[in-house]
Amino acid sequence: MIGLEIHCQLTNLQSKLFCSCKANYREFEPNTNLCPVCMGLPGSLPRLNQKAVEKASMIAMALNCKTPQRLGFFRKNYFYPDLPKNFQITQLNMYGPTSIGDQGKVSIEGKDIRIRRIQLEEDPGRLIYEGASERTQITLVDYNRAGTPLVEIVTEPDFDNPRQVRIFLNILSDLLENLGVSDPTLEGAMRADANVSIEGGLRVEVKNIGSFHDLEKAIHFELTRQQSLAERGIPVAQETRHWDDKRKITISSRSKEEDEDYRYILEGDIPWVVLDSKSIEKWRGSMPESISSKKERYITKYNIPVQVADVLSSDKYYSDLFEQAHTESNAKEIANMITTDLMGLVDTREKREQSKLSPKHLSDLIEIINNGKVTRSSAKNALQEIVKTGKSVSEIVSQTGLAKISDEGELGKIITEIMSQEPTAVQQARENPQTINYLVGKVMQKTKGTADPTLTLKILKEKIST
Amino acid sequence: MSLAISALEYISNVKNGTTTAEEFIAKTLDRISKHESKVHAFISINENALEQARAIDKKIKSKEKVGAFYGMPISIKDNISVKDGKTTCASKMLQEYVSPYDATVVTKLKSQDAILIGKANLDEFAMGIATEFSAFGPSKNPWNTDYVPGGSSGGSAASVSALECVASLGSDTGGSVRNPASFCSVVGLKPTYGLVSRYGLVSYANSIEQIGPIARRVEDVALLLNHISGRDANDNTTIDGKNQDYLGEIGSGIQDKKIGVIKEMSRGAGLDKNVESAFWRAVDSFEKLGAKIEEMSLDMVEFTVATYYVLTTAEAGSNLSRYDNIRYGYQMDLEGYEFKSYISKARKNFGPEVTRRMILGGFVPSAGFAGKYLLKALKVKSKLKRQVLEAFKKFDFLISPTVPILPFRFGEKVDDPLAMYMADINTVTANLTGVPAISVPFEIHNGLPIGIQIHANTLQEKQLLQAAYALQGTTSLPGAPL
Repeated sequence: MIGLEIHCQLTNLQSKLFCSCKANYREFEPNTNLCPVCMGLPGSLPRLNQKAVEKASMIAMALNCKTPQRLGFFRKNYFYPDLPKNFQITQLNMYGPTSIGDQGKVSIEGKDIRIRRIQLEEDPGRLIYEGASERTQITLVDYNRAGTPLVEIVTEPDFDNPRQVRIFLNILSDLLENLGVSDPTLEGAMRADANVSIEGGLRVEVKNIGSFHDLEKAIHFELTRQQSLAERGIPVAQETRHWDDKRKITISSRSKEEDEDYRYILEGDIPWVVLDSKSIEKWRGSMPESISSKKERYITKYNIPVQVADVLSSDKYYSDLFEQAHTESNAKEIANMITTDLMGLVDTREKREQSKLSPKHLSDLIEIINNGKVTRSSAKNALQEIVKTGKSVSEIVSQTGLAKISDEGELGKIITEIMSQEPTAVQQARENPQTINYLVGKVMQKTKGTADPTLTLKILKEKIST
Repeated sequence: MSLAISALEYISNVKNGTTTAEEFIAKTLDRISKHESKVHAFISINENALEQARAIDKKIKSKEKVGAFYGMPISIKDNISVKDGKTTCASKMLQEYVSPYDATVVTKLKSQDAILIGKANLDEFAMGIATEFSAFGPSKNPWNTDYVPGGSSGGSAASVSALECVASLGSDTGGSVRNPASFCSVVGLKPTYGLVSRYGLVSYANSIEQIGPIARRVEDVALLLNHISGRDANDNTTIDGKNQDYLGEIGSGIQDKKIGVIKEMSRGAGLDKNVESAFWRAVDSFEKLGAKIEEMSLDMVEFTVATYYVLTTAEAGSNLSRYDNIRYGYQMDLEGYEFKSYISKARKNFGPEVTRRMILGGFVPSAGFAGKYLLKALKVKSKLKRQVLEAFKKFDFLISPTVPILPFRFGEKVDDPLAMYMADINTVTANLTGVPAISVPFEIHNGLPIGIQIHANTLQEKQLLQAAYALQGTTSLPGAPL
């Protein structure tokens, strides 16, 4: 059995959870994104960021959680150098349900993964070990991250294997992006700990896992370790283990972390937040369309194939482009262009940030294809140019000679030339008409894709048969 | 020109040219340098006070807009943050700490041209009733320097009583404004929880404490409240006080008001006989003022001191855990310590009372004991609150002696924490329930002051100050014989 504790930063918020320092701490020099509140200076008080409550509540709703009538904040007391106040302001359900959501569920492959609880809390600062090893003498603290809004999602131990974990995390990551609350691709924006146990064994918590890729490996390692212990009749102890990133194994942390008493008390500086049904409904109404609803709409309304709809809906960048570029009539072609021609050009965060493409480029391209002005393959070349330079479609067509060659005389000359260069292929095409595509390909190559494919085929057939 | 004038008198004197801010501040600084060795009300003195006074006089002369306080000297308890100066909380842990920001109340006072004359002494982190637990030595009672001035805002009350300033801001977690006000024969108000912003007040037990004004006259306390109260975006627990004018109509009297005498605070074994008889004379005074008096009972009061110490130590344990000597504090060599042993070593710098409460604070909310202590205390708190709010359906005010005992000599209670804690029995109810309460000087017994406490319902400070003003009018007390 596997359960997860996932931490997601609300990276798209302007400010931290309790002050107006930037939630996006990544661009700052160490210890410059600070104020008395996030540094926990004597006398400072937390000011609850209402936007964070709204966005966290949307996550809870998107994960089908129940929303409490009032939110409470609690102090989790423990000493750690990255924690400015030596307590973390978080949530729990000590006096009934008061965390941002509970009892949710997500379906993966027909199986329900239950969400036990979602809580809104502050991220601590960051420890930097000189020489990047925990064994070095010097530990540096950077408090820029301290107070960043964090949503912790705790699942029930409902996963059977690492593969389900991966599917779940992909769904969650797409969901957060679709809600516009977080950019999961940012370093450290999404982190997960795993609770792993086998039948008859005690629960082992695996921490310090750097990436989702390693999470899968860590769970796999831990399951294997526990099974091999069980086979030898050795009981699995309840403990916390740390993932060793270099050796790709889990190591007992040997600390008494599981015995730690956090002495939770109510955070009196933040009064109970009453969530009336009016604001809940308002937030629900302002939530973007869910991924599954988008997918459904793409399939039923535009007759887009399931696989294309899947890719399009689960990636916010693609679906935003699609929504802005498409009309009733060109939807299917826009969808195809995004998922086939565009995909390789903007498959990383950097490429997306640098891309000069606008939705209008896409609709313009489809329009000139449909008008017969350029071929599909020319359009693909144009797309490359657009992403790089942002030039308008008409500019590119006129400058680079992408206009389709549909002049029979001009095309005829090119075809004659190709046929003279490829006597064997011509002979083969005469014997087996299927192989004529090779010659079409050669013509396209020669014309850089600007030849009208229908006309090319027609002329080729005529010339070969004579 | 006398320093023994009220805030209202000071303001009118400066306005009509009888005195200048510079003259008054200079005289105040003289007084401080003359008496501080005896009283020790201050931890630090504002070295720019004279310069600031001159700047205000210049504004007055050139008919520029001047703030309501016209350069009046006010002392600030040293657990309230004032930018660029030290805010020590009378603790070794913060003896070099300089706040980079002003508390909201400080911003408000500065914007009204008050002069913050100095930072007043207190029990370390406001834990105590005598200022004996200040890491920098105790303050003395200006009425008799062999006696404690009360606490924890002992420096604030002593500075006002000793004419070292006109008024002061203290903080009141369980009586820390009212207790020293009573011991030093000055007026001290604990406002409704949330009426005054706590932003910048170093937390001890944040769910029940408030900043409160201390002055020699009830009307001065009203004036200060006018300028420090109100909602603050930096403190989510502040509430809307409706911008009342607490000073206007302060002389309305208490004819036909209903006053309840809290039996559990006004009779019984723990009550000093002299305090008791003074209190009942105050009851007579209220009656003569036209109020209807009735004795009433709040049976939960019996459990309030225990409840108070469970709740406040739990919160203190959390609030003070940030003082780990890593980000501020005095220097200590980190070399050779594992993190947790470093923390234990660093925390040895807390004084005895803070240490005692931190240990309790680690215990009462801990797993296995929270139900027996913390959660039970929270239940008493809500039951007490219901009882008090119910009482205010019938009564306008509830009264008692402020402190059940007279000021005591140094060292008399310091070794008996339980006896010391019991001295809080009359004051903690206002904190646990959030209602406002004021201490008004009433008598001097053998040279030792006795104060009367009046409670009013939530946000009824205007009425409360009217009652206090009426009682003040029945007395004619001398100043401290310093």
